[in-house]
Amino acid sequence: MSEATAINVAARASLWLKPHRIVLILIALGLALCAIFFMRWDWLPQYWAMGLMGIWRALWILAVTCALGFALAVPLGLAQAGGPIWFSAPAKVFCTIIRGTPLLLQLWLLYYGLGSIFPQYPWIRESWLWPYLRQAWPYGVVALTFSFAGYEGEVMRGAFAGVPRGQLEAARAFGMSRWKIFRRIWLPQAFYRALPTLTGETVLQLKSTPLVATISVIDIFAVSSKVRQDTYLTYEPLLLLALIYMTITGILVFVFSRIEARIPVKIG
Amino acid sequence: MAPGWGGTLLVGLLHSLEIAIGATCLGLLIGTAGAFGKLYGGPVTRDLLAVYTTVVRAVPELVLILLLYYAGTDLINQVLAAMGYSRVDISGLAAGIFVLGFVQGAYSTEVIRGAILAIPQGQIEAARAYGMPPGLMLRRITLPAMLPFAIPGLANLWLIATKDTALLAVVGFFELTLATRQAAGVTKAYLIFYLAAGVLYLAVTLFSNLVIGRVEARSRRGMPSVKEAR
Repeated sequence: MSEATAINVAARASLWLKPHRIVLILIALGLALCAIFFMRWDWLPQYWAMGLMGIWRALWILAVTCALGFALAVPLGLAQAGGPIWFSAPAKVFCTIIRGTPLLLQLWLLYYGLGSIFPQYPWIRESWLWPYLRQAWPYGVVALTFSFAGYEGEVMRGAFAGVPRGQLEAARAFGMSRWKIFRRIWLPQAFYRALPTLTGETVLQLKSTPLVATISVIDIFAVSSKVRQDTYLTYEPLLLLALIYMTITGILVFVFSRIEARIPVKIG
Repeated sequence: MAPGWGGTLLVGLLHSLEIAIGATCLGLLIGTAGAFGKLYGGPVTRDLLAVYTTVVRAVPELVLILLLYYAGTDLINQVLAAMGYSRVDISGLAAGIFVLGFVQGAYSTEVIRGAILAIPQGQIEAARAYGMPPGLMLRRITLPAMLPFAIPGLANLWLIATKDTALLAVVGFFELTLATRQAAGVTKAYLIFYLAAGVLYLAVTLFSNLVIGRVEARSRRGMPSVKEAR
């Protein structure tokens, strides 16, 4: 091993193992041990399966709403960036309304508001959609999808507008059709531009998923509420819940940083 | 029902705005202190602040609100009991402001830290060279010079604060969303009341945007335009 790499490794280790940091880590470990030994965790085996189910459901909602929301954000951004006024104006109004009102209110508006309107129409009750409309989760998915689309649509607008004109002009000079320009040039470059914000938006979306528990969808947050009701414990379920969300956030950030690292930095 | 349900909604809106303003002010205080701690503090302060901002930004607001709401009121009551006083009921307003302000503080710490770093270093060095004491430098140089860089981020935080007040409905604080839920539940006119509440929130956002635009233009006067710089 050469001297330079040895110094490098030592420098990296000393970054983490400064004296004050060792003390802080020990204090944190002590607090964690106190939490493990002095708080009550005997309810854990009983709710273990339910909790895993809740985590799975939260992740599922996160993945579906992010995918659908992004699919909706692309036309929203495109309409605002280069569309004629009768496309861009509705898209702008949609984004403004979604970004200007709380997600909780949108969720309750859909679930309680629309949910109370639907049963009044016989043709809705007879349609094939009715079995879904009677459940809570479709409203949650729609509200979260719209929310993601509203915020990400604004990002995509900037990303589409930020692609250099010359790129599009060159594509046109090559005789590409408009669809092909969009598919091969405009969308990929806009996507690369939007990618760094996508990490943040996905984490924000993860932090929004517990709201669906307020309309009786059983995600991990609802499970922790049930534990609190059943066992009369206040802190333990909430602390574990915070830890679970922090872990998921950490994994998300790590995965996205790996994806970002694969994408060429130099564009345009 | 003398004022009608519309009056209930407006009272809810008032409570929402009170909380949002209080939380933003508390968040600004925490954020300024946090930013200075992160930039100029000792190693322990810096690490603790990093933990604070990371944890708060990684955990859903709803979970934090529940945790801080119960933990905060519990802690105060235990301290009071230990000092020999009787238990007090913490007002929802104070608890809401504290909880949201604590969350806002983590975000404003990052915004203000970034803004201070964006100040041209020469200005701060010049102030030091003039022999300004730190307090005077903060008041005369750092805070005014960082403001144009911080205002867009802080304005965003204000908009988030107005919307985050809705989450307090879950812990039973009477603000616009909970008022709407009660009004809608009693009258069974769900759609109308939720739409009305949506319009109220939207009006707050649009009005804020108007004011923010003015403030931003004023704080940026004399600086090169962002559009021209691109």
